[in-house]
Amino acid sequence: MQSQATYNYKVVRQFAIMTVVWGIVGMLVGVIVAAQLVWPELNVHEFLHFGRLRPLHTNAVIFAFGGCALFATSLYVVQRTCHTRLFAPGLATFVFWGWQLIIVAAAVTLPLGITTGKEYAELEWPIDIAIAVVWVAYAVVFFGTVAIRKVSHIYVANWFYGAFIIAVALLHIVNSAEVVVSWTGIHSYSAYAGVQDAMVQWWYGHNAVGFFLTAGFLGMMYYFVPKQAERPIYSYRLSVVHFWALIFTYMWAGPHHLHYTALPNWTQSIGMLFSLILLAPSWGGMINGIMTLSGAWHKLRTDPILKFMITSLSFYGMSTFEGPMMSVKSVNALSHYTDWTVGHVHSGALGWVALVSIGSVYFLLPRLYGKTEMYSTKLVNTHFWIATIGIVLYIASMWIAGVMQGLYWRATNTDGTLTYSFIEGVKATYPFWTVRLVGGALFLVGMLIMFYNTLKTIAGQKAYDAPVVEPAAAHA
Amino acid sequence: MEGEFINTLRSIVTVLGLVCFLCICYWAWSKHARAGFDEAARLPFADDDLPEHPAEKEGIKNA
Repeated sequence: MQSQATYNYKVVRQFAIMTVVWGIVGMLVGVIVAAQLVWPELNVHEFLHFGRLRPLHTNAVIFAFGGCALFATSLYVVQRTCHTRLFAPGLATFVFWGWQLIIVAAAVTLPLGITTGKEYAELEWPIDIAIAVVWVAYAVVFFGTVAIRKVSHIYVANWFYGAFIIAVALLHIVNSAEVVVSWTGIHSYSAYAGVQDAMVQWWYGHNAVGFFLTAGFLGMMYYFVPKQAERPIYSYRLSVVHFWALIFTYMWAGPHHLHYTALPNWTQSIGMLFSLILLAPSWGGMINGIMTLSGAWHKLRTDPILKFMITSLSFYGMSTFEGPMMSVKSVNALSHYTDWTVGHVHSGALGWVALVSIGSVYFLLPRLYGKTEMYSTKLVNTHFWIATIGIVLYIASMWIAGVMQGLYWRATNTDGTLTYSFIEGVKATYPFWTVRLVGGALFLVGMLIMFYNTLKTIAGQKAYDAPVVEPAAAHA
Repeated sequence: MEGEFINTLRSIVTVLGLVCFLCICYWAWSKHARAGFDEAARLPFADDDLPEHPAEKEGIKNA
């Protein structure tokens, strides 16, 4: 080690590498479940059945891939923008190994059919408790580092990461309240009943999107886009308003998941109203990110990492326009329960979350191993194009499939009977499920290219910890 | 009676939330906050993080 104080990059390195690994695992499971929809014969065993693998896919891509990307980037950004080493590095090591153990526990229990049945919160109570413990440790490390910062300002990226950490703790603990009915069989029931349970679940579910999949990744955007574009954020003032507008509105939007259910009508309307209001802060943030590039657009031609980031912001803008539109009750009457929802989710998850994460990891990896760039910038570019084509195939096919399904289901004869049986809609969807499979497979191929590039970049390289920069130098 | 109280409280909290947000907007656009924002916006560029090019990015700081 150098004699000078260095940033703690070890935990950042670990999480960055595991982002790539879990990305491949989670997306591979996604491709498998997509193939099972095209060829139902692939449901070979109860452990590998669609119903068991689908939650494994969502948990793996959100919490393993997305989670590792958030841990890696937040622990890097908080050190560098606070000009200090990580607070409680031992606890940071615990966070890494604890999180990996939780992922492995999820990968074992979900195929075994051990589940609470709550979407995105399927993991049973022992794992829930482990998540809460690791999350609190993460909060201590992050906020401890902010507390010992050497500069007076807390950079806006840290505000977003901080909100993500606090909100996820709140959501997870409230929604995971459950009554254990079997200590040996690992089984529990929700502490809430009936429509309250549904409301708590979708308050959780939508804010998992709002704070895990949005606020955290906006933190990433606010640091890595300016860094890669080599210019400060377009408007810092807008970023402050963006932050508080998201905080004040996101928590109310959950009821749009429960349109036309037993949930009181006024609650549904409030959910719809706040979802529409959300368009403003979402687009404010997107414009802030994209306009950071104003005056430097030429960089997009040559820099594939910047392509990842700016394209991710474009998908963020698209999906945050689509989301409020789908929350309008009359639109929802057509879109709900169809593949349009799946297309919308992947426009956000592949287009926004995955692309900004991949771009940020490409930024980080060389710096964590004492290099200035990835082994092959050309392969980064190839990855970008394969991933983008994959996303377009995926979301376009799901849009068509979804609207078509909605029309099939709603069609009635003059005497009020249904025009089509359910299976007719299923048969009509097959070609689009095939196109979706191709799109998903392309995205996975992109991740495999990234894995190869990562291995080549770090092969033979020693781990590198950059020296801590005195804040005084900042004003030189 | 108790039900009315909790609903009044909910209304008050909602209105206070809106007022608080409007105050934040006013503050963000005030001249007072400007210098601090400019300083904060430069935080990611306060140091060079590439190991082999120590002074290369000098120009960024004032961009």
